[in-house]
Amino acid sequence: MYAQMIKTASTGVKSREEMTEEERRFQDRIDAGEKIEPKDWMPDDYRATLIRQIGQHAHSEIVGQLPEGNWITRAPTLERKAILLAKVQDEAGHGLYLYCAAETLGVSRDELTEDLLSGKMKYSSIFNYPTLTWADIGAVGWLVDGAAIMNQVPLQRTSFGPYSRAMIRICKEESFHQRQGYDIMMKMAQGTPEQKRMAQDALNRFWYPSLMMFGPSDKDSIHSAQSMAWKIKINTNDELRQKFVDQTVPQAEYLGLSVPDENLKWNEETGHYDFTQPDWTEFFDVIKGNGPCNTDRMAARNKAWDEGKWVRDGLLAHARKRAARVAAE
Amino acid sequence: MKNEWPLWEVFIRGQHGLSHRHVGSLHAPDAEMAIKNARDVYTRRNEGVSIWVVKAADIAASSPSDKGPLYEPSQSKVYRHPTFFDIPEDVGAM
Repeated sequence: MYAQMIKTASTGVKSREEMTEEERRFQDRIDAGEKIEPKDWMPDDYRATLIRQIGQHAHSEIVGQLPEGNWITRAPTLERKAILLAKVQDEAGHGLYLYCAAETLGVSRDELTEDLLSGKMKYSSIFNYPTLTWADIGAVGWLVDGAAIMNQVPLQRTSFGPYSRAMIRICKEESFHQRQGYDIMMKMAQGTPEQKRMAQDALNRFWYPSLMMFGPSDKDSIHSAQSMAWKIKINTNDELRQKFVDQTVPQAEYLGLSVPDENLKWNEETGHYDFTQPDWTEFFDVIKGNGPCNTDRMAARNKAWDEGKWVRDGLLAHARKRAARVAAE
Repeated sequence: MKNEWPLWEVFIRGQHGLSHRHVGSLHAPDAEMAIKNARDVYTRRNEGVSIWVVKAADIAASSPSDKGPLYEPSQSKVYRHPTFFDIPEDVGAM
């Protein structure tokens, strides 16, 4: 997902006996469906885990602009270009909502940015894959945003108020993203044989990386168990991945495209599709920094930050000077 | 001196006459830029016709630990709600 492999700061879910009085009261509030707000008491581990999770989610939105930004100047029509611009601008907005939610936990924006730029904090593995053709922009909207929605819809009910409110806002806007992607895929799939080939090729390349977005199976993970007890994670990775496959396969069929998985089969008994797991060795390799675009993405973010420094400093100096002048009058 | 832009809380009034409502926050060097940024971040889909920005540092807030003394007294005053009073149906709309 946009936040993958988030390790909680804790060593597993505590039993009620092991909890302090404050921790028990905190867990009771969560179990009762109450929202935790920034000034409320919360366990240090809850705070630290949320900073990691929301921070990584925010970084993913920001870095996620890069693969799509790649096609703004090359969109096939003026309308497509305007739509793509609006979508990429939304991603920037989503990043900002999430950074603000993280900041209510006591971390500063600059700290978060610096941790991204130094590689200390991660962003979703998916954005380390290149967008080689226009059909990839369709596949990203359809599959990548589709996978993101799977995770973000349940997170609207997350226990931390500011995170939940950011998710509600994001989900409202996200559906436009997926539909514009599918719209591009429909056009390509119904186009010339060459365009249809491009659409199929985009699906071939983005299918497994999209499945990886949910992260490796976490049914036995102590970190996930704790996050679920805290309601900052609502479903297991496998549940969401299965839901995504079940929803996406008929959409691929409608396009007349085939999912690149020989073992993909409807299972009458389970009521779900059976499918092949992605290559988890590749996933861990990409997370480690060895994906096709990791270096490019980090270089682009660092360049934007470094070359924007004089603008940030200049505007602040101007604001301070003007405030001083007003104060002196 | 720290060179991070200060945090501003953003309030938007929608088109239908309701009050300004808190929608989120953002960083900006001054009020003018905060309003410009708020327009880009929080009104991309006709969400509003008026923007207020306030420096987050200038907001005073009640403390969660005061929840009891502040809000509990009103719980016992059910007569403040119109449904407390039974008015016979024969009286008509009231």
